[in-house]
Amino acid sequence: MSKEKFDYFIKGEKGKYEVVIGLEVHAQVLSKSKLFSGSSTKFGADPNNQVSLIDSAFPGMLPVINEECVKQAVRTGLGLSAKINNYSVFDRKNYFYADLPQGYQISQYKNPIVGEGKVLLDMPYGSKEIGIERLHLEQDAGKSIHDMDPSNTYVDLNRSGIALMEIVSKPDLRSPDEVNAYIKKLRSIMRYLGTCDGNMQEGSLRADVNVSVRKEGDTNFGTRCEIKNVNSIKFMQMAIEYEAARQVELIENGKKIDQETRLFDTKKNETRSMRSKEDAHDYRYFPDPDLLPLKLEQKLIDDLKKSLPELPDKKKERFVKEYGLNAYEANVLVSEKEISEYYEEVAKLSDKKLAATWMMGDLFAMLNDRGLDISKSPISAKHFAELVQAIKSGEISGRIAKEVFEIMVESGDNPKKIIESKGMKQQSDPKELEKMINEILSKNKDKVDQYKAGKEKLFGFFVGQVMKLSGGKANPQLTNEILKKLLKG
Amino acid sequence: MSLDKEKIKHVAKLARISVDEAKVESLTKDLNSIFKFIEQLNELNTDKVEPLTSILNQSLRSRKDDISDGKIREKILKNSPKENEEFFVVPKVVE
Repeated sequence: MSKEKFDYFIKGEKGKYEVVIGLEVHAQVLSKSKLFSGSSTKFGADPNNQVSLIDSAFPGMLPVINEECVKQAVRTGLGLSAKINNYSVFDRKNYFYADLPQGYQISQYKNPIVGEGKVLLDMPYGSKEIGIERLHLEQDAGKSIHDMDPSNTYVDLNRSGIALMEIVSKPDLRSPDEVNAYIKKLRSIMRYLGTCDGNMQEGSLRADVNVSVRKEGDTNFGTRCEIKNVNSIKFMQMAIEYEAARQVELIENGKKIDQETRLFDTKKNETRSMRSKEDAHDYRYFPDPDLLPLKLEQKLIDDLKKSLPELPDKKKERFVKEYGLNAYEANVLVSEKEISEYYEEVAKLSDKKLAATWMMGDLFAMLNDRGLDISKSPISAKHFAELVQAIKSGEISGRIAKEVFEIMVESGDNPKKIIESKGMKQQSDPKELEKMINEILSKNKDKVDQYKAGKEKLFGFFVGQVMKLSGGKANPQLTNEILKKLLKG
Repeated sequence: MSLDKEKIKHVAKLARISVDEAKVESLTKDLNSIFKFIEQLNELNTDKVEPLTSILNQSLRSRKDDISDGKIREKILKNSPKENEEFFVVPKVVE
């Protein structure tokens, strides 16, 4: 497919504008305890119950780094084909906010733990590489709750100090669709690695979105605005569309775009300036005197590299080669680790291609309808494979298979039992079928004559009669063959 | 480097330090003389010297990923500006 068909532009009065997008994704590290303290990271605990004296910034407390968080960052960096830095430094990023008790966030500024890498996107117009600028470790802030009291803000510090990976992309994204693909791919890679659960509802994955626009063909970047803390892909896409249109309108009216921090109001579907962040970029970074530089042995990095699981890009290649899937099928089936595992289990026990078709059709539709993840599927991989095999062997037709499938969903029974107890087996005995078809033909002599006189579309009528008489169980292929033979005679 | 009065006020604001207008003048003078003193270091050529982030020739100490802390809400919340059993309560922060 041509790239042009998918090009995303904002149309102004005076021409077309390209949208340039870069993302700073904040991914919560999967670890039991926090980055610099031994408090639990578990989601949903009672407020302020997972807070230590370090997390609440009591005087005299010293941060001690969690070695697992460091490893998780390295694994993620390796998964992004990125350069891992043997030497990195923790800095203080100073700003004032009620949910940041230290008055600074421990982050990494000049020397991040991970350098340049890349993410490959599968777009309808081909594969596109998105550059990664860096990945660094930092602390999360607490949570402010503004709607519990008309005159006060409530602060819960359970999240304060949990490890985040900030993954900064290069400004390589050009449309809301690419942003969607990028976030999904990043999430998929991290879930394969087990370094972030990617749960956007719980805030484990959120992003600051940098947006600028420029006239089609321009090579210089326009002034960008940063939309803070967007927590769903849909909101990111809506925010980008709104923001790009706003910037185009400013330019066309001869106005200047201020480089500023904005927030996306999900109720009004608009972005607006965050006045409170006026001084936000004056962070006065300096190396945290409480923490020495982080030095990583090359051996640790090499060992982590050896222990990485197979990642989606590699798995996709293998699915194409090993199971004979096309690129699209392979792409869908590797998108989530759990989906790929389910598929492999099914493919080992049944026809690989047919399994892919039925999974992506009926199984996904059913899971989608019920709002279920594949891990909660009412049909086990083993039962699903049996169903696929029953279709493949001709035991049941595709149409009957759909009925069996429905019963499997409701009852959780295995397909063999259902097919036998309900007598759903396909009628594939040629003699039986011939007998039935002869009966139908002799009852409908007038139609047979019309057919022979050239009214060939009546063929469908005969097939319908066979299906009706057999309760849908006649083998369709065989029925066609026998019908053709007998109608000729 | 030299600081003017505006810069001094800005830095004070960022650091949440309230500075009397009357004091800005003398503060500016004091800070500038401190900077001047520090700037003598620029006379040294440091082209081939790595920036020093710590004077200790050690690597960062780390800990295992175990839950060993928390569940001390009562203690922690004693520092809340206003009383509440579950949360820190602060003046409304409006966005």
